[in-house]
Amino acid sequence: MTTKRIIGMETEFGILEPAEPYANPVALSSHVVEAYGAVGSASGAATPVKWDFHGEDPLNDARGYRLERAAAHPSQLTDDPNQLAPSGEDLAQQRRMGARLQHVARPSNGEMLRARAANAVLTNGARLYVDHAHPEYSSPETANPREAVLWDRAGEHVMIEAMALLRRQGREVVVYKNNVDGKGASYGSHENYLMRREVAFIDVIRYLTPFFVTRPAICGAGRVGLGQRSEVPGFQISQRADYVENDVGLETTFNRPIINTRDEPHADAEVWRRLHVIGGDANLFDVSNLLKVGTTSLVLWLLETGEIPLDLESLMLDDAVDATWRISHDPTLRTAVDMHDGSSKTALDIQQVYLDVIREAIRRRGEPDFDTEEILTRWQQVIDSLRGDLFSAAAQVEWVAKYQLLEGMRQRGGLAWDNDKLRALDLQWHDLRPERSIVARLDGSGKIERIFSHAEVAYAATHAPESTRAYLRGGLIERFPGNVAAAGWDGIVLDVPGYRDLVRLPTTRPARATSALVGEILEGSTSVEDFLIRLTSAK
Amino acid sequence: MSSQEFAQHRRQSEEASEVELPQAQAQINEVDSLLDEIDSVLESNASAFVQGFVQKGGQ
Repeated sequence: MTTKRIIGMETEFGILEPAEPYANPVALSSHVVEAYGAVGSASGAATPVKWDFHGEDPLNDARGYRLERAAAHPSQLTDDPNQLAPSGEDLAQQRRMGARLQHVARPSNGEMLRARAANAVLTNGARLYVDHAHPEYSSPETANPREAVLWDRAGEHVMIEAMALLRRQGREVVVYKNNVDGKGASYGSHENYLMRREVAFIDVIRYLTPFFVTRPAICGAGRVGLGQRSEVPGFQISQRADYVENDVGLETTFNRPIINTRDEPHADAEVWRRLHVIGGDANLFDVSNLLKVGTTSLVLWLLETGEIPLDLESLMLDDAVDATWRISHDPTLRTAVDMHDGSSKTALDIQQVYLDVIREAIRRRGEPDFDTEEILTRWQQVIDSLRGDLFSAAAQVEWVAKYQLLEGMRQRGGLAWDNDKLRALDLQWHDLRPERSIVARLDGSGKIERIFSHAEVAYAATHAPESTRAYLRGGLIERFPGNVAAAGWDGIVLDVPGYRDLVRLPTTRPARATSALVGEILEGSTSVEDFLIRLTSAK
Repeated sequence: MSSQEFAQHRRQSEEASEVELPQAQAQINEVDSLLDEIDSVLESNASAFVQGFVQKGGQ
Protein backbone atom coordinates (compact mmCIF):
# COMPACT_ATOMS: atom_id res chain seq x y z
CA MET A 1 0.00 0.00 0.00
CA THR A 2 2.06 2.86 -1.21
CA THR A 3 2.32 5.81 -3.50
CA LYS A 4 5.81 4.65 -4.45
CA ARG A 5 6.36 3.51 -8.02
CA ILE A 6 8.66 4.19 -10.96
CA ILE A 7 7.84 7.67 -12.30
CA GLY A 8 9.38 9.86 -14.98
CA MET A 9 8.46 13.41 -16.02
CA GLU A 10 8.94 15.07 -19.42
CA THR A 11 8.84 18.82 -19.95
CA GLU A 12 8.78 20.68 -23.25
CA PHE A 13 9.83 24.25 -22.50
CA GLY A 14 8.72 27.41 -24.25
CA ILE A 15 11.63 29.25 -25.84
CA LEU A 16 12.26 32.79 -27.05
CA GLU A 17 15.15 34.96 -28.21
CA PRO A 18 13.86 38.50 -27.63
CA ALA A 19 16.44 40.10 -29.96
CA GLU A 20 15.57 37.69 -32.78
CA PRO A 21 11.79 37.42 -32.94
CA TYR A 22 11.95 35.32 -36.11
CA ALA A 23 14.60 32.90 -34.86
CA ASN A 24 14.00 29.30 -35.91
CA PRO A 25 12.73 27.61 -32.73
CA VAL A 26 14.30 24.25 -33.65
CA ALA A 27 17.72 25.87 -34.04
CA LEU A 28 17.18 27.85 -30.85
CA SER A 29 16.26 24.70 -28.94
CA SER A 30 19.33 22.96 -30.36
CA HIS A 31 21.55 25.75 -29.06
CA VAL A 32 20.13 25.25 -25.57
CA VAL A 33 20.74 21.50 -25.67
CA GLU A 34 24.20 21.79 -27.20
CA ALA A 35 25.31 24.53 -24.82
CA TYR A 36 24.41 22.49 -21.78
CA GLY A 37 25.35 19.10 -23.23
CA ALA A 38 28.86 20.23 -24.09
CA VAL A 39 29.93 21.68 -20.77
CA GLY A 40 27.15 21.24 -18.28
CA SER A 41 26.28 18.10 -16.53
CA ALA A 42 27.99 15.93 -19.14
CA SER A 43 31.13 16.52 -17.05
CA GLY A 44 33.37 17.90 -19.69
CA ALA A 45 33.04 15.04 -22.19
CA ALA A 46 34.30 16.11 -25.60
CA THR A 47 30.86 15.51 -27.07
CA PRO A 48 27.53 15.05 -25.35
CA VAL A 49 26.54 11.44 -24.70
CA LYS A 50 24.30 10.27 -27.53
CA TRP A 51 20.93 8.64 -27.14
CA ASP A 52 20.70 4.86 -27.41
CA PHE A 53 17.56 4.17 -29.40
CA HIS A 54 17.69 0.45 -28.73
CA GLY A 55 14.27 -0.72 -27.58
CA GLU A 56 12.48 2.39 -28.81
CA ASP A 57 10.12 2.66 -31.74
CA PRO A 58 11.84 0.90 -34.67
CA LEU A 59 11.26 3.97 -36.81
CA ASN A 60 13.97 5.60 -34.77
CA ASP A 61 16.48 3.51 -36.69
CA ALA A 62 16.25 6.22 -39.29
CA ARG A 63 18.22 8.48 -36.97
CA GLY A 64 21.49 6.82 -37.82
CA TYR A 65 22.04 4.03 -35.34
CA ARG A 66 22.45 0.43 -36.29
CA LEU A 67 22.75 -0.89 -32.78
CA GLU A 68 19.53 -2.81 -33.07
CA ARG A 69 20.55 -4.77 -36.16
CA ALA A 70 24.14 -5.20 -35.13
CA ALA A 71 23.39 -6.48 -31.66
CA ALA A 72 24.82 -9.95 -31.62
CA HIS A 73 23.91 -12.80 -29.36
CA PRO A 74 25.98 -12.52 -26.18
CA SER A 75 27.37 -16.02 -26.72
CA GLN A 76 29.44 -14.64 -29.61
CA LEU A 77 31.44 -12.58 -27.19
CA THR A 78 33.84 -15.52 -26.79
CA ASP A 79 34.90 -15.31 -30.44
CA ASP A 80 36.69 -12.09 -29.82
CA PRO A 81 39.79 -12.24 -27.64
CA ASN A 82 39.36 -8.55 -26.89
CA GLN A 83 35.96 -9.16 -25.40
CA LEU A 84 34.98 -10.16 -21.94
CA ALA A 85 34.21 -13.75 -21.17
CA PRO A 86 30.52 -14.50 -21.65
CA SER A 87 28.54 -13.56 -18.63
CA GLY A 88 25.50 -15.63 -19.51
CA GLU A 89 26.01 -17.97 -16.61
CA ASP A 90 26.75 -15.16 -14.23
CA LEU A 91 23.54 -14.94 -12.30
CA ALA A 92 24.94 -12.40 -9.86
CA GLN A 93 25.51 -9.94 -12.68
CA GLN A 94 22.07 -10.57 -14.09
CA ARG A 95 20.49 -10.02 -10.72
CA ARG A 96 22.16 -6.63 -10.48
CA MET A 97 21.38 -5.51 -14.00
CA GLY A 98 18.37 -7.59 -14.94
CA ALA A 99 19.91 -8.66 -18.27
CA ARG A 100 23.06 -9.94 -19.99
CA LEU A 101 25.71 -7.90 -21.77
CA GLN A 102 25.61 -7.50 -25.54
CA HIS A 103 28.24 -6.42 -27.97
CA VAL A 104 27.47 -4.09 -30.84
CA ALA A 105 29.48 -3.05 -33.89
CA ARG A 106 30.94 0.44 -33.83
CA PRO A 107 29.15 2.93 -36.04
CA SER A 108 31.06 3.61 -39.24
CA ASN A 109 32.70 6.99 -39.79
CA GLY A 110 29.89 7.83 -42.20
CA GLU A 111 27.32 7.11 -39.54
CA MET A 112 29.21 9.17 -37.00
CA LEU A 113 29.22 12.15 -39.32
CA ARG A 114 25.54 11.97 -40.19
CA ALA A 115 23.62 14.91 -38.81
CA ARG A 116 21.69 14.05 -35.71
CA ALA A 117 19.19 16.03 -33.70
CA ALA A 118 20.72 17.71 -30.65
CA ASN A 119 20.70 15.36 -27.72
CA ALA A 120 22.52 14.88 -24.45
CA VAL A 121 22.29 12.35 -21.65
CA LEU A 122 23.15 13.95 -18.34
CA THR A 123 25.00 12.77 -15.27
CA ASN A 124 21.70 12.86 -13.39
CA GLY A 125 20.35 10.24 -15.79
CA ALA A 126 18.04 12.65 -17.62
CA ARG A 127 17.75 13.13 -21.37
CA LEU A 128 17.97 16.65 -22.80
CA TYR A 129 16.98 17.00 -26.44
CA VAL A 130 14.91 18.84 -29.02
CA ASP A 131 11.33 17.74 -29.50
CA HIS A 132 8.75 19.51 -31.65
CA ALA A 133 10.63 22.82 -31.73
CA HIS A 134 11.07 22.90 -27.95
CA PRO A 135 13.94 21.94 -25.68
CA GLU A 136 12.78 18.92 -23.72
CA TYR A 137 14.03 17.58 -20.41
CA SER A 138 13.04 13.99 -19.68
CA SER A 139 13.78 13.34 -16.05
CA PRO A 140 15.60 10.24 -14.90
CA GLU A 141 13.43 7.41 -13.63
CA THR A 142 12.55 8.01 -10.00
CA ALA A 143 11.13 5.66 -7.38
CA ASN A 144 8.50 7.81 -5.65
CA PRO A 145 6.60 11.12 -6.04
CA ARG A 146 9.06 13.15 -3.92
CA GLU A 147 11.95 12.09 -6.13
CA ALA A 148 9.86 12.81 -9.22
CA VAL A 149 9.31 16.39 -8.00
CA LEU A 150 12.99 16.92 -7.18
CA TRP A 151 14.31 15.66 -10.52
CA ASP A 152 11.62 17.55 -12.41
CA ARG A 153 12.77 20.73 -10.68
CA ALA A 154 16.35 19.78 -11.51
CA GLY A 155 15.26 20.30 -15.12
CA GLU A 156 14.56 23.97 -14.30
CA HIS A 157 18.08 24.24 -12.91
CA VAL A 158 19.49 22.70 -16.10
CA MET A 159 17.64 25.29 -18.18
CA ILE A 160 18.86 28.15 -15.98
CA GLU A 161 22.43 26.91 -16.48
CA ALA A 162 21.90 26.56 -20.23
CA MET A 163 20.61 30.15 -20.46
CA ALA A 164 23.65 31.37 -18.52
CA LEU A 165 26.00 29.47 -20.87
CA LEU A 166 24.35 31.02 -23.92
CA ARG A 167 24.55 34.46 -22.34
CA ARG A 168 28.30 34.01 -22.06
CA GLN A 169 28.27 33.43 -25.82
CA GLY A 170 26.47 36.74 -26.18
CA ARG A 171 22.99 35.33 -26.74
CA GLU A 172 19.99 36.09 -24.59
CA VAL A 173 17.70 33.07 -24.91
CA VAL A 174 14.77 32.76 -22.52
CA VAL A 175 13.24 29.45 -21.44
CA TYR A 176 9.70 29.22 -20.05
CA LYS A 177 8.28 26.33 -18.08
CA ASN A 178 4.69 26.64 -19.26
CA ASN A 179 2.39 24.92 -21.74
CA VAL A 180 0.72 27.60 -23.86
CA ASP A 181 1.51 30.73 -25.84
CA GLY A 182 -2.06 32.04 -25.72
CA LYS A 183 -2.21 32.04 -29.52
CA GLY A 184 -3.13 28.44 -30.21
CA ALA A 185 0.12 26.58 -29.55
CA SER A 186 0.43 24.14 -26.68
CA TYR A 187 3.35 21.96 -25.64
CA GLY A 188 3.32 19.31 -23.02
CA SER A 189 4.58 18.23 -19.69
CA HIS A 190 3.99 14.52 -19.51
CA GLU A 191 3.98 12.17 -16.57
CA ASN A 192 4.92 8.51 -16.91
CA TYR A 193 3.89 5.90 -14.40
CA LEU A 194 4.88 2.26 -14.45
CA MET A 195 1.77 0.29 -13.53
CA ARG A 196 0.87 -3.37 -13.51
CA ARG A 197 -0.42 -4.60 -16.84
CA GLU A 198 -2.99 -6.86 -15.18
CA VAL A 199 -5.19 -3.79 -14.61
CA ALA A 200 -7.56 -3.84 -17.60
CA PHE A 201 -7.10 -0.73 -19.72
CA ILE A 202 -10.86 -0.26 -19.81
CA ASP A 203 -10.67 0.26 -16.02
CA VAL A 204 -7.83 2.75 -16.45
CA ILE A 205 -10.08 4.76 -18.78
CA ARG A 206 -13.18 4.41 -16.65
CA TYR A 207 -11.73 5.27 -13.25
CA LEU A 208 -9.00 7.71 -14.18
CA THR A 209 -11.05 9.98 -16.44
CA PRO A 210 -13.04 11.73 -13.67
CA PHE A 211 -9.80 11.99 -11.69
CA PHE A 212 -7.87 13.70 -14.49
CA VAL A 213 -10.79 16.01 -15.34
CA THR A 214 -10.85 17.33 -11.76
CA ARG A 215 -7.16 17.08 -10.81
CA PRO A 216 -6.24 20.62 -12.02
CA ALA A 217 -8.28 22.02 -9.11
CA ILE A 218 -5.55 20.87 -6.71
CA CYS A 219 -2.48 21.38 -8.91
CA GLY A 220 -3.19 23.46 -12.04
CA ALA A 221 -0.72 26.19 -13.02
CA GLY A 222 -3.36 28.79 -13.97
CA ARG A 223 -3.76 30.72 -17.20
CA VAL A 224 -4.98 34.11 -18.44
CA GLY A 225 -7.39 33.70 -21.35
CA LEU A 226 -10.13 31.23 -22.20
CA GLY A 227 -10.08 29.17 -25.38
CA GLN A 228 -7.12 27.81 -27.34
CA ARG A 229 -6.38 31.27 -28.73
CA SER A 230 -7.51 33.14 -25.62
CA GLU A 231 -10.62 34.23 -27.52
CA VAL A 232 -12.44 35.14 -24.31
CA PRO A 233 -10.92 37.28 -21.55
CA GLY A 234 -10.70 35.62 -18.16
CA PHE A 235 -8.64 33.48 -15.83
CA GLN A 236 -8.72 29.70 -15.73
CA ILE A 237 -7.29 27.00 -13.48
CA SER A 238 -5.42 24.91 -16.02
CA GLN A 239 -2.91 25.61 -18.80
CA ARG A 240 -3.89 22.54 -20.79
CA ALA A 241 -7.66 22.16 -20.35
CA ASP A 242 -8.69 23.96 -23.53
CA TYR A 243 -6.42 21.71 -25.60
CA VAL A 244 -8.22 18.57 -24.46
CA GLU A 245 -10.53 17.57 -27.30
CA ASN A 246 -11.05 13.85 -26.95
CA ASP A 247 -11.58 11.25 -24.23
CA VAL A 248 -9.22 8.45 -25.33
CA GLY A 249 -6.57 8.24 -28.05
CA LEU A 250 -2.97 7.83 -29.17
CA GLU A 251 -2.46 11.42 -30.31
CA THR A 252 -0.34 13.87 -28.34
CA THR A 253 0.01 16.85 -30.70
CA PHE A 254 -3.59 17.34 -31.90
CA ASN A 255 -7.03 16.12 -30.87
CA ARG A 256 -5.42 15.55 -27.49
CA PRO A 257 -7.17 12.95 -25.32
CA ILE A 258 -7.73 12.81 -21.55
CA ILE A 259 -6.38 9.24 -21.54
CA ASN A 260 -3.42 8.65 -23.85
CA THR A 261 -2.97 5.10 -25.07
CA ARG A 262 0.74 5.19 -25.85
CA ASP A 263 2.33 2.21 -24.17
CA GLU A 264 6.06 1.67 -24.42
CA PRO A 265 6.99 0.49 -20.95
CA HIS A 266 10.83 0.38 -21.23
CA ALA A 267 10.45 -2.50 -18.79
CA ASP A 268 9.17 -6.09 -18.90
CA ALA A 269 6.13 -5.53 -21.08
CA GLU A 270 4.41 -8.67 -19.87
CA VAL A 271 4.24 -7.31 -16.34
CA TRP A 272 4.27 -3.55 -16.79
CA ARG A 273 2.44 -0.88 -18.69
CA ARG A 274 3.61 2.74 -18.89
CA LEU A 275 0.75 5.12 -18.31
CA HIS A 276 1.59 8.24 -20.33
CA VAL A 277 -0.34 11.19 -18.91
CA ILE A 278 -0.37 14.14 -21.30
CA GLY A 279 -2.95 16.54 -19.86
CA GLY A 280 -1.15 17.90 -16.81
CA ASP A 281 0.32 21.39 -16.37
CA ALA A 282 4.04 22.01 -15.92
CA ASN A 283 4.39 23.02 -12.27
CA LEU A 284 6.80 25.42 -10.61
CA PHE A 285 5.33 24.82 -7.13
CA ASP A 286 6.65 21.80 -5.22
CA VAL A 287 3.41 20.96 -3.44
CA SER A 288 1.35 21.23 -6.63
CA ASN A 289 3.78 18.94 -8.40
CA LEU A 290 3.85 16.51 -5.48
CA LEU A 291 0.07 16.32 -5.36
CA LYS A 292 -0.18 15.96 -9.14
CA VAL A 293 2.11 12.93 -9.11
CA GLY A 294 1.33 11.50 -5.68
CA THR A 295 -2.45 11.45 -5.97
CA THR A 296 -2.23 9.92 -9.45
CA SER A 297 0.08 7.21 -8.17
CA LEU A 298 -2.37 6.42 -5.37
CA VAL A 299 -5.30 6.08 -7.78
CA LEU A 300 -3.17 3.67 -9.82
CA TRP A 301 -2.39 1.74 -6.65
CA LEU A 302 -6.11 1.46 -5.94
CA LEU A 303 -6.71 0.03 -9.43
CA GLU A 304 -3.81 -2.38 -8.94
CA THR A 305 -5.44 -3.81 -5.81
CA GLY A 306 -8.12 -5.21 -8.10
CA GLU A 307 -10.84 -4.09 -5.70
CA ILE A 308 -12.68 -1.12 -7.13
CA PRO A 309 -14.82 0.57 -4.46
CA LEU A 310 -18.45 0.98 -5.42
CA ASP A 311 -18.28 4.71 -4.68
CA LEU A 312 -16.18 5.27 -7.80
CA GLU A 313 -19.16 4.24 -9.93
CA SER A 314 -20.88 7.46 -8.83
CA LEU A 315 -18.12 9.52 -10.50
CA MET A 316 -18.91 8.78 -14.13
CA LEU A 317 -19.21 12.04 -16.05
CA ASP A 318 -21.82 12.78 -18.67
CA ASP A 319 -19.34 14.59 -20.92
CA ALA A 320 -15.73 14.43 -19.76
CA VAL A 321 -14.31 16.86 -22.32
CA ASP A 322 -16.93 19.52 -21.62
CA ALA A 323 -16.43 19.01 -17.88
CA THR A 324 -12.68 19.55 -18.34
CA TRP A 325 -13.30 22.97 -19.87
CA ARG A 326 -16.06 24.04 -17.49
CA ILE A 327 -14.15 23.13 -14.34
CA SER A 328 -11.01 24.89 -15.53
CA HIS A 329 -12.92 28.05 -16.44
CA ASP A 330 -14.33 28.59 -12.96
CA PRO A 331 -11.76 29.65 -10.36
CA THR A 332 -14.51 29.84 -7.73
CA LEU A 333 -14.60 26.03 -7.96
CA ARG A 334 -18.40 26.12 -7.62
CA THR A 335 -19.15 24.71 -11.06
CA ALA A 336 -20.91 21.38 -10.72
CA VAL A 337 -20.74 19.05 -13.70
CA ASP A 338 -23.39 16.55 -14.76
CA MET A 339 -22.93 12.93 -13.78
CA HIS A 340 -24.27 9.77 -15.40
CA ASP A 341 -26.48 9.05 -12.43
CA GLY A 342 -28.32 12.37 -12.85
CA SER A 343 -26.58 14.16 -10.00
CA SER A 344 -24.02 16.93 -10.35
CA LYS A 345 -20.71 17.30 -8.55
CA THR A 346 -17.97 19.90 -8.20
CA ALA A 347 -14.32 19.12 -8.90
CA LEU A 348 -13.60 19.11 -5.17
CA ASP A 349 -16.54 16.74 -4.50
CA ILE A 350 -15.04 14.30 -6.99
CA GLN A 351 -11.50 14.66 -5.61
CA GLN A 352 -12.87 14.05 -2.10
CA VAL A 353 -14.47 10.77 -3.17
CA TYR A 354 -11.14 9.55 -4.59
CA LEU A 355 -9.33 10.54 -1.40
CA ASP A 356 -11.94 8.87 0.82
CA VAL A 357 -11.96 5.55 -1.02
CA ILE A 358 -8.15 5.43 -1.12
CA ARG A 359 -7.86 6.22 2.58
CA GLU A 360 -10.37 3.49 3.37
CA ALA A 361 -8.64 0.95 1.10
CA ILE A 362 -5.32 1.71 2.81
CA ARG A 363 -6.84 1.53 6.29
CA ARG A 364 -8.12 -1.97 5.59
CA ARG A 365 -4.60 -3.08 4.67
CA GLY A 366 -2.64 -1.59 7.58
CA GLU A 367 -0.52 1.50 8.04
CA PRO A 368 0.45 3.82 5.18
CA ASP A 369 4.18 4.54 4.79
CA PHE A 370 5.53 8.09 5.20
CA ASP A 371 5.31 9.00 1.51
CA THR A 372 1.73 7.81 1.29
CA GLU A 373 0.60 9.52 4.50
CA GLU A 374 2.18 12.76 3.30
CA ILE A 375 0.18 12.68 0.07
CA LEU A 376 -3.07 11.81 1.86
CA THR A 377 -2.60 14.58 4.43
CA ARG A 378 -1.64 17.27 1.92
CA TRP A 379 -4.43 16.23 -0.43
CA GLN A 380 -7.02 16.72 2.31
CA GLN A 381 -5.46 20.00 3.49
CA VAL A 382 -5.55 21.45 0.00
CA ILE A 383 -9.14 20.36 -0.62
CA ASP A 384 -10.18 21.91 2.70
CA SER A 385 -8.34 25.16 1.99
CA LEU A 386 -9.84 25.44 -1.48
CA ARG A 387 -13.32 24.82 -0.07
CA GLY A 388 -12.93 27.43 2.63
CA ASP A 389 -10.80 30.46 2.01
CA LEU A 390 -9.44 30.00 -1.52
CA PHE A 391 -6.33 32.15 -1.14
CA SER A 392 -5.27 30.29 2.01
CA ALA A 393 -3.97 27.65 -0.44
CA ALA A 394 -1.71 30.14 -2.24
CA ALA A 395 1.54 28.75 -0.85
CA GLN A 396 0.71 25.26 -2.12
CA VAL A 397 -1.51 25.51 -5.20
CA GLU A 398 0.13 27.23 -8.14
CA TRP A 399 -3.00 28.47 -9.92
CA VAL A 400 -4.29 30.00 -6.69
CA ALA A 401 -1.06 31.96 -6.14
CA LYS A 402 -1.10 33.17 -9.75
CA TYR A 403 -4.77 34.11 -9.49
CA GLN A 404 -4.17 36.04 -6.28
CA LEU A 405 -1.38 38.08 -7.82
CA LEU A 406 -3.26 38.74 -11.05
CA GLU A 407 -6.40 39.67 -9.16
CA GLY A 408 -4.37 42.12 -7.07
CA MET A 409 -2.90 43.73 -10.16
CA ARG A 410 -6.25 43.75 -11.91
CA GLN A 411 -8.04 45.51 -9.04
CA ARG A 412 -5.22 47.94 -8.41
CA GLY A 413 -5.17 49.14 -12.01
CA GLY A 414 -8.85 48.60 -12.80
CA LEU A 415 -7.73 46.31 -15.63
CA ALA A 416 -9.83 44.02 -17.80
CA TRP A 417 -8.77 40.36 -18.11
CA ASP A 418 -7.52 40.91 -21.66
CA ASN A 419 -5.15 43.67 -20.57
CA ASP A 420 -1.64 42.98 -21.86
CA LYS A 421 -0.12 43.65 -18.47
CA LEU A 422 -2.02 40.73 -16.99
CA ARG A 423 -1.19 38.53 -19.97
CA ALA A 424 2.48 39.50 -19.63
CA LEU A 425 2.47 38.64 -15.93
CA ASP A 426 0.93 35.25 -16.77
CA LEU A 427 3.74 34.47 -19.25
CA GLN A 428 6.50 35.89 -17.10
CA TRP A 429 5.32 33.73 -14.19
CA HIS A 430 7.00 30.83 -16.05
CA ASP A 431 10.16 32.72 -17.14
CA LEU A 432 13.05 30.70 -15.67
CA ARG A 433 15.60 33.55 -15.54
CA PRO A 434 16.12 34.11 -11.80
CA GLU A 435 16.15 37.90 -12.21
CA ARG A 436 12.92 37.91 -14.23
CA SER A 437 10.97 35.00 -12.79
CA ILE A 438 7.81 35.99 -10.93
CA VAL A 439 7.83 32.68 -9.09
CA ALA A 440 11.38 33.43 -7.90
CA ARG A 441 10.05 36.71 -6.47
CA LEU A 442 7.33 34.87 -4.57
CA ASP A 443 9.89 32.33 -3.43
CA GLY A 444 12.18 35.07 -2.18
CA SER A 445 9.34 36.51 -0.08
CA GLY A 446 8.66 33.10 1.45
CA LYS A 447 5.27 32.81 -0.21
CA ILE A 448 5.79 29.33 -1.63
CA GLU A 449 5.97 26.19 0.50
CA ARG A 450 9.07 24.41 -0.69
CA ILE A 451 9.78 20.72 -0.14
CA PHE A 452 13.30 20.94 -1.56
CA SER A 453 15.99 23.57 -1.08
CA HIS A 454 17.93 25.21 -3.90
CA ALA A 455 20.97 23.19 -2.84
CA GLU A 456 19.08 19.91 -3.17
CA VAL A 457 17.82 20.93 -6.61
CA ALA A 458 21.32 21.87 -7.77
CA TYR A 459 22.61 18.52 -6.53
CA ALA A 460 19.87 16.66 -8.41
CA ALA A 461 20.80 18.49 -11.62
CA THR A 462 24.12 16.64 -11.68
CA HIS A 463 23.39 13.48 -9.66
CA ALA A 464 21.03 10.65 -10.53
CA PRO A 465 18.49 9.08 -8.19
CA GLU A 466 20.11 6.12 -6.43
CA SER A 467 16.89 4.16 -6.40
CA THR A 468 16.56 3.29 -10.11
CA ARG A 469 18.65 2.28 -13.13
CA ALA A 470 19.23 6.01 -13.71
CA TYR A 471 21.92 5.60 -11.04
CA LEU A 472 24.10 3.47 -13.28
CA ARG A 473 23.40 5.53 -16.42
CA GLY A 474 24.25 8.82 -14.72
CA GLY A 475 27.06 7.33 -12.68
CA LEU A 476 28.88 5.90 -15.71
CA ILE A 477 28.55 9.21 -17.56
CA GLU A 478 29.88 11.08 -14.55
CA ARG A 479 32.83 8.75 -13.93
CA PHE A 480 33.78 7.76 -17.46
CA PRO A 481 32.31 10.42 -19.74
CA GLY A 482 34.65 9.61 -22.62
CA ASN A 483 33.69 5.94 -22.55
CA VAL A 484 29.92 6.19 -22.78
CA ALA A 485 29.11 6.08 -26.50
CA ALA A 486 25.36 6.28 -26.00
CA ALA A 487 22.77 5.80 -23.30
CA GLY A 488 19.01 5.32 -23.17
CA TRP A 489 16.29 4.12 -20.84
CA ASP A 490 16.92 0.49 -21.82
CA GLY A 491 20.67 0.39 -22.06
CA ILE A 492 24.10 1.98 -21.87
CA VAL A 493 26.66 1.56 -24.67
CA LEU A 494 30.29 1.61 -23.52
CA ASP A 495 33.36 2.28 -25.62
CA VAL A 496 36.15 0.33 -23.95
CA PRO A 497 39.68 1.22 -25.09
CA GLY A 498 41.19 -1.70 -27.04
CA TYR A 499 37.91 -3.52 -27.67
CA ARG A 500 36.92 -4.09 -31.27
CA ASP A 501 33.20 -3.67 -30.56
CA LEU A 502 31.17 -1.53 -28.26
CA VAL A 503 29.65 -3.21 -25.21
CA ARG A 504 26.00 -2.67 -24.46
CA LEU A 505 24.65 -3.03 -20.93
CA PRO A 506 20.91 -3.61 -21.22
CA THR A 507 19.00 -1.95 -18.40
CA THR A 508 15.60 -3.46 -19.01
CA ARG A 509 14.43 -3.28 -15.40
CA PRO A 510 13.92 0.21 -13.95
CA ALA A 511 14.38 -0.92 -10.34
CA ARG A 512 17.71 -2.70 -10.99
CA ALA A 513 21.18 -1.22 -11.58
CA THR A 514 20.56 0.90 -8.47
CA SER A 515 23.09 2.21 -6.00
CA ALA A 516 22.30 -0.70 -3.67
CA LEU A 517 22.96 -3.25 -6.43
CA VAL A 518 25.90 -1.80 -8.39
CA GLY A 519 27.06 1.17 -6.31
CA GLU A 520 30.04 -0.53 -4.74
CA ILE A 521 31.18 -1.89 -8.11
CA LEU A 522 30.90 1.46 -9.85
CA GLU A 523 32.50 3.47 -7.06
CA GLY A 524 35.43 1.06 -6.82
CA SER A 525 36.19 0.95 -10.54
CA THR A 526 39.31 2.68 -11.83
CA SER A 527 38.40 2.44 -15.54
CA VAL A 528 35.44 1.44 -17.64
CA GLU A 529 37.08 -1.92 -18.36
CA ASP A 530 37.69 -2.41 -14.66
CA PHE A 531 34.01 -1.69 -14.12
CA LEU A 532 32.97 -4.37 -16.61
CA ILE A 533 35.32 -6.91 -15.07
CA ARG A 534 34.05 -6.14 -11.58
CA LEU A 535 30.45 -6.24 -12.75
CA THR A 536 30.78 -9.61 -14.45
CA SER A 537 32.90 -11.26 -11.77
CA ALA A 538 31.14 -9.93 -8.67
CA LYS A 539 29.27 -12.52 -6.65
CA MET B 1 -12.70 23.17 -28.87
CA SER B 2 -14.53 24.42 -31.94
CA SER B 3 -15.73 28.01 -32.12
CA GLN B 4 -19.36 26.89 -31.94
CA GLU B 5 -18.70 24.79 -28.89
CA PHE B 6 -16.75 27.64 -27.48
CA ALA B 7 -19.53 30.17 -27.92
CA GLN B 8 -21.91 27.94 -26.03
CA HIS B 9 -19.32 27.29 -23.42
CA ARG B 10 -18.53 30.96 -23.02
CA ARG B 11 -22.02 31.77 -21.78
CA GLN B 12 -21.72 29.19 -19.03
CA SER B 13 -18.32 30.54 -18.03
CA GLU B 14 -19.56 34.09 -17.85
CA GLU B 15 -22.35 33.04 -15.51
CA ALA B 16 -19.83 31.28 -13.29
CA SER B 17 -17.37 34.15 -13.15
CA GLU B 18 -20.04 36.59 -11.96
CA VAL B 19 -19.82 35.03 -8.49
CA GLU B 20 -17.98 37.27 -6.02
CA LEU B 21 -15.38 35.88 -3.68
CA PRO B 22 -16.40 37.17 -0.24
CA GLN B 23 -13.19 36.75 1.72
CA ALA B 24 -10.85 37.42 -1.19
CA GLN B 25 -10.27 41.15 -0.71
CA ALA B 26 -8.13 40.92 2.41
CA GLN B 27 -5.79 38.40 0.88
CA ILE B 28 -5.40 40.36 -2.32
CA ASN B 29 -4.20 43.29 -0.23
CA GLU B 30 -1.58 40.94 1.18
CA VAL B 31 0.20 40.77 -2.16
CA ASP B 32 0.22 44.55 -2.56
CA SER B 33 3.84 45.04 -1.56
CA LEU B 34 4.88 42.18 -3.80
CA LEU B 35 3.12 43.84 -6.74
CA ASP B 36 5.39 46.89 -6.42
CA GLU B 37 8.40 44.64 -6.66
CA ILE B 38 6.96 42.74 -9.60
CA ASP B 39 6.21 45.98 -11.43
CA SER B 40 9.93 46.62 -11.48
CA VAL B 41 10.80 43.32 -13.20
CA LEU B 42 7.78 43.07 -15.49
CA GLU B 43 8.57 43.40 -19.21
CA SER B 44 8.49 47.14 -19.83
CA ASN B 45 6.48 46.91 -23.03
CA ALA B 46 3.85 44.38 -22.03
CA SER B 47 1.97 44.54 -25.35
CA ALA B 48 5.05 43.94 -27.51
CA PHE B 49 6.15 41.12 -25.22
CA VAL B 50 2.75 39.41 -25.31
CA GLN B 51 2.50 39.80 -29.09
CA GLY B 52 6.01 38.45 -29.54
CA PHE B 53 5.50 35.38 -27.40
CA VAL B 54 4.75 32.93 -30.20
CA GLN B 55 5.56 29.24 -29.89
CA LYS B 56 5.33 26.25 -32.19
CA GLY B 57 2.93 23.56 -31.09
CA GLY B 58 4.32 20.51 -29.37
CA GLN B 59 3.01 17.42 -27.68
